[in-house]
Amino acid sequence: MKSLRLALDIALTHLLAKKRQTVIAMLGVMFGISMFIVMISFMQGVNQFTLDLALDGSPHVRIYNPIKNDRQSIIEQQGNNADAMYIVHHQKPKSELPKIKNGMRILRDLEQWPGVQQAAPNLSTQVFYNSGSVQFAGSMIGCDILKENVLYDLENKLVTGTLEGLLTNTDGILLGDELAEKMNVKVGDRISISTPQGSLLLMRVVGTFSFGFSAVDGMRSYATLASVQKILQKDPQYITDLVIRLEDYTQAKALAKTLTEIYGYTAEDWETTNAAILAGEVIRNVMTFVVSLAMLVVAGFGIYNIMNMSILNKLKDIAILKATGFESHNIVSVFLLQSIIIGLLGGVLGVLTGGFFSYLISITPFPSGTGFNIATFPVLFEVKYYLLGIVFGFLTTLFAGWFPARRASRVDPVAIIRG
Amino acid sequence: MQSILKADNIVKYFYQPEPFEVLKGVSFEAKKGEFLSVVGKSGCGKSTLLYILSTMDTGYEGSLELNGKLLTGLSQNSLSRFRNEHLGFVFQFHFLLPEFTALKNVMLPALKLGKYSDKEIEERAYEKLNWMGMGDYALKTASRLSGGQQQRVAIARALINDPAIIMGDEPTGNLDQANTKIIFDIFMKLAKENGQTIIAVTHDQDFAAASDRIIEMSDGVIVN
Repeated sequence: MKSLRLALDIALTHLLAKKRQTVIAMLGVMFGISMFIVMISFMQGVNQFTLDLALDGSPHVRIYNPIKNDRQSIIEQQGNNADAMYIVHHQKPKSELPKIKNGMRILRDLEQWPGVQQAAPNLSTQVFYNSGSVQFAGSMIGCDILKENVLYDLENKLVTGTLEGLLTNTDGILLGDELAEKMNVKVGDRISISTPQGSLLLMRVVGTFSFGFSAVDGMRSYATLASVQKILQKDPQYITDLVIRLEDYTQAKALAKTLTEIYGYTAEDWETTNAAILAGEVIRNVMTFVVSLAMLVVAGFGIYNIMNMSILNKLKDIAILKATGFESHNIVSVFLLQSIIIGLLGGVLGVLTGGFFSYLISITPFPSGTGFNIATFPVLFEVKYYLLGIVFGFLTTLFAGWFPARRASRVDPVAIIRG
Repeated sequence: MQSILKADNIVKYFYQPEPFEVLKGVSFEAKKGEFLSVVGKSGCGKSTLLYILSTMDTGYEGSLELNGKLLTGLSQNSLSRFRNEHLGFVFQFHFLLPEFTALKNVMLPALKLGKYSDKEIEERAYEKLNWMGMGDYALKTASRLSGGQQQRVAIARALINDPAIIMGDEPTGNLDQANTKIIFDIFMKLAKENGQTIIAVTHDQDFAAASDRIIEMSDGVIVN
């Protein structure tokens, strides 16, 4: 302990004697760590933002009845001839409704399921929105609007009108705002909708919404389950999807698997639905770490250089210290402590400037246009990134300082003193 | 008188630029409280011998015993500890740490030894500096002192841990007559009163003549 204090004393004297060099080395570490923090905070902010976007636009788990092509053909079922092989080309799907049988029962089950915040029935279908002589293709979702609101926070996505409009008007419809613009309709206007099967229905616009995706805002509309059942001419039990919101979205994958096994329908979790968006996240993370680590390595080389030079300048001093009784590990302490002090001070400064720059980015307006509902660049402020920055900075300087320090401890005093 | 230093058949080679036998089997003994001068022409190996005796140079054949302890073959770190406690060394060219004050330079070996408290060490350092007439310069940075002043501080540093043996390579080489006299008297006093052994390599004939014993070297052997 005492020898460490002595080493610290000598190290500080050395650092203070060469202030300019010390400051430059410190700035190198500071720059490396602050960039590390800025990049990681910003990238994680972007990741969080895309994740939110993905979670906003899709349910955590969606249960549906997919159209299957892989059934056995009748000839395969009937022919028991072991010597024969049957090949059926271009088999068409059966005329089967994409209905979830007993859907309302399953819905009640799901609402009782532990971890499920809300489950909602959906009936989605392809429709054409007729605007005079022009038709826009799109999709229409029949839903229980209050439950749907829990899932997608529709209330906050409304641009005009109210959700309750759907409850009070049996023929009410909520349109995506881009779609409404294309059709040039406002709340209160009537529009006509036709299905691929040819049936036609007049509906009243009760509101418009915006998710921030053209694919949704320009295509989708919401109506009551009954309206959509009516336009499809189906019974009141007819639903095609069950969508679920969980208390913890990370449980979605496991639950989807269980539900598939229990009910025999396909249950898809949000990660599968948004695989493309989430793949981008992995790439961004790798990039962030590679660039940040490269910066720290550069800062480390800076320290390595400066310490090496400092040791070359101090060969005489090292020889004296050894001649007067300092052991190898004392010498290592003296020089390693210099690196550590540079690393720690640079690290603290780096954390402060990194936080400051992250803040600047977080208040910079984001030129998002109409799409995203985001005002400034997304930045995530998390203590662990700052701790990580200090730890990495510390390790880098420790590593960079170790080799010069060990080199110093191996100086042969006689060779120096003899000259 | 008790023997404090025993060198037995020390042989030393230099390999650069070509193999050369610097010391050809040097043996001698020094007693406790003895003031020895080593003289000889340049290149006769007296400095080389001194570096071996000071335990810093370990690349030799033969054996070296200091203060009753066989030092040949010990690790660098144990030799460092031994030097710190039992040996004081004054180099030919002053060699202070330039960023530190004169006082701190003197204190460092004692702080390393850690036998006394910091306060006692400071008092002792002032005492040694005063012996050398350097008390007034204690708080000056070493790099601001003149050559002679630095050398006197270096001698104070050699004395700080009350070593059994003090070695000097031209310890008064940069000093004028008056200061040489002062240093010589201090060395003599340390030898006679404290029983510390002094071994000094010197070119100064008067300095050598006044010491207890002169060892004269020539071509790697002791001739007298």
